Amino acid sequence: MHETPLFAYALRLADNALILGHRLSEWIGHSPALEEDLALGNMGLDLIGQARAFYAYAGEVEGKGRDEDKLAYLRDAKDWRNVLLVEQPNGDFAATMIRQLLFAAYAHPLYAALTKSKDQTLAAIAAKAEKEIAYHVRHSGEWVIRLGDGTAESYARTQEALDELYAYSTELFESDDVERALIEAGIAVDPAVLRPEWERTVNHVFSEATLKTPPQSFAQTGGRSGRHSEHFGYILADMQFLQRTYPGAAW
Amino acid sequence: MYTQALNVKDEPTAAGDPVLEARFQAHVDAELKIEPNDWMPEGYRKTLTRQISQHAHSEIVGMLPEGNWITRAPTLRRKAALLAKVQDEGGHGLYLYSAAETLGTSREQMFEQLLSGKAKYSSIFNYPTLTWADIGAIGWLVDGAAIMNQIPLCRCSYGPYARAMIRICKEESFHQRQGYEIMMTLARGTPEQKAMAQDALNRWWWPSVMMFGPSDTESQHSDQTMRWKIKRFSNDDLRQKFIDATVPQGHFIGLEFPDKDLKFNQETQHWDFGEIDWTEFKRVIAGDGPCNKQRMKQRRAAHDNGRWVREAALAYAEKRRNREAAAKIAAE
Repeated sequence: MHETPLFAYALRLADNALILGHRLSEWIGHSPALEEDLALGNMGLDLIGQARAFYAYAGEVEGKGRDEDKLAYLRDAKDWRNVLLVEQPNGDFAATMIRQLLFAAYAHPLYAALTKSKDQTLAAIAAKAEKEIAYHVRHSGEWVIRLGDGTAESYARTQEALDELYAYSTELFESDDVERALIEAGIAVDPAVLRPEWERTVNHVFSEATLKTPPQSFAQTGGRSGRHSEHFGYILADMQFLQRTYPGAAW
Repeated sequence: MYTQALNVKDEPTAAGDPVLEARFQAHVDAELKIEPNDWMPEGYRKTLTRQISQHAHSEIVGMLPEGNWITRAPTLRRKAALLAKVQDEGGHGLYLYSAAETLGTSREQMFEQLLSGKAKYSSIFNYPTLTWADIGAIGWLVDGAAIMNQIPLCRCSYGPYARAMIRICKEESFHQRQGYEIMMTLARGTPEQKAMAQDALNRWWWPSVMMFGPSDTESQHSDQTMRWKIKRFSNDDLRQKFIDATVPQGHFIGLEFPDKDLKFNQETQHWDFGEIDWTEFKRVIAGDGPCNKQRMKQRRAAHDNGRWVREAALAYAEKRRNREAAAKIAAE
């Protein structure tokens, strides 16, 4: 599939948001407390909303008549551009909150910088998303602190989740040729420049939470070029089931 | 949603103070609200606690059958709307538990009663959601039936319950329209989609009609709740209102109701309907519906799997309090 850089960039932003939103939505009705069902639902809705806006724009940029649903429901795994972090299974509540913190602490400065993009649509979507994601940083950060500095069990679970998920954050800061052209044109944000702020945010939370930041280890990457984890196919099988079973039907 | 008339038995009124009781009843008769700190008969408190907590439990259990389709919703718009709807139900549960807590029972106690099987919830949620059309049918029929039950509760004599219901009814009526719109889209879609909608109506119609509870001739316990202005209309009146409102909506989108006796009665200007299978109703209430065990198992699993999280939050809050106290002492 030949993609223009702007289409690919909008799609990456959309896919990250949708897959993480989808994961969060799996919690509803099963979370540790009623208040958390609401909070996870809220964050899921924010992310799905962001995804829809980015998809709509990607479809428009592409100009081939693909709308948000064609993009979300009719692509196979190799054409998905999300990072591996967001497709990781929910695990326990600690794993979900660590994943949320690692992602939101990256997405918040990303959206903040994107509000200054020369592309006005991206800037406008980012302006709304920035406010939403600030809450995700706060909510997941507060939980990671409570869990890390809570009981012996919650500490152990949270440190384990962090050890398992931390390496996936490397991929958040990678860029490739697709992005470099857009970065130079002032449209995309260079992810490398987001890393210091991301580190400040997560390290502050980890220290409050009495958690140990894991050492840098080998990081699996490849989501952006369509090489996903085994978990990903199941997300699509679940999400795309109706559209695939009844092709062409309107819902 | 989701209240269901569960044939609430009146609590025996403890031999109370006749002067206080007379004053209470006069207050109710004057359509004034009873507030948490007002004197109230024990039976009134118990009846309301049970009704409000059952209503709250129904919201929480009701999140499961609909939540079952969030990850499979067929478009992003439907996915967001369903997620928001299920989230609204959690919110309704929260206001209702809070309203019930003003009567002196904690949320933990009410949860315990639900998980131990002591407390009931609306039996409609013991039916499975098998296809996407079930999400439409639940919104249209189950929320539609709930609204009929709940609108009169906005005028309930107990202030916190009545106020919670006002907000809940607004959201429910949105859910009902959304459900009907899903059904309409399916009914006007491909033949397979129309069949899906018809099948959902076939399965959900009678359980929805049963949501109003036993027939008035069977239900001997509503006199006291009527006098207390907790309940305003009888089960059968509400059921008839629901059927009258819903049947033309179904016909409008070309669906048929699974009741061969359903016909419009020119004389009464109401829809006559067939015999309700009360054996099924009683069986499902007693625990033998298709999903009773599954729903409770899922609720218990969520509660048990979340215990370490709730414990961690409490432990952290206590550590923080102690640290703040220590810092204060050190500063003095």
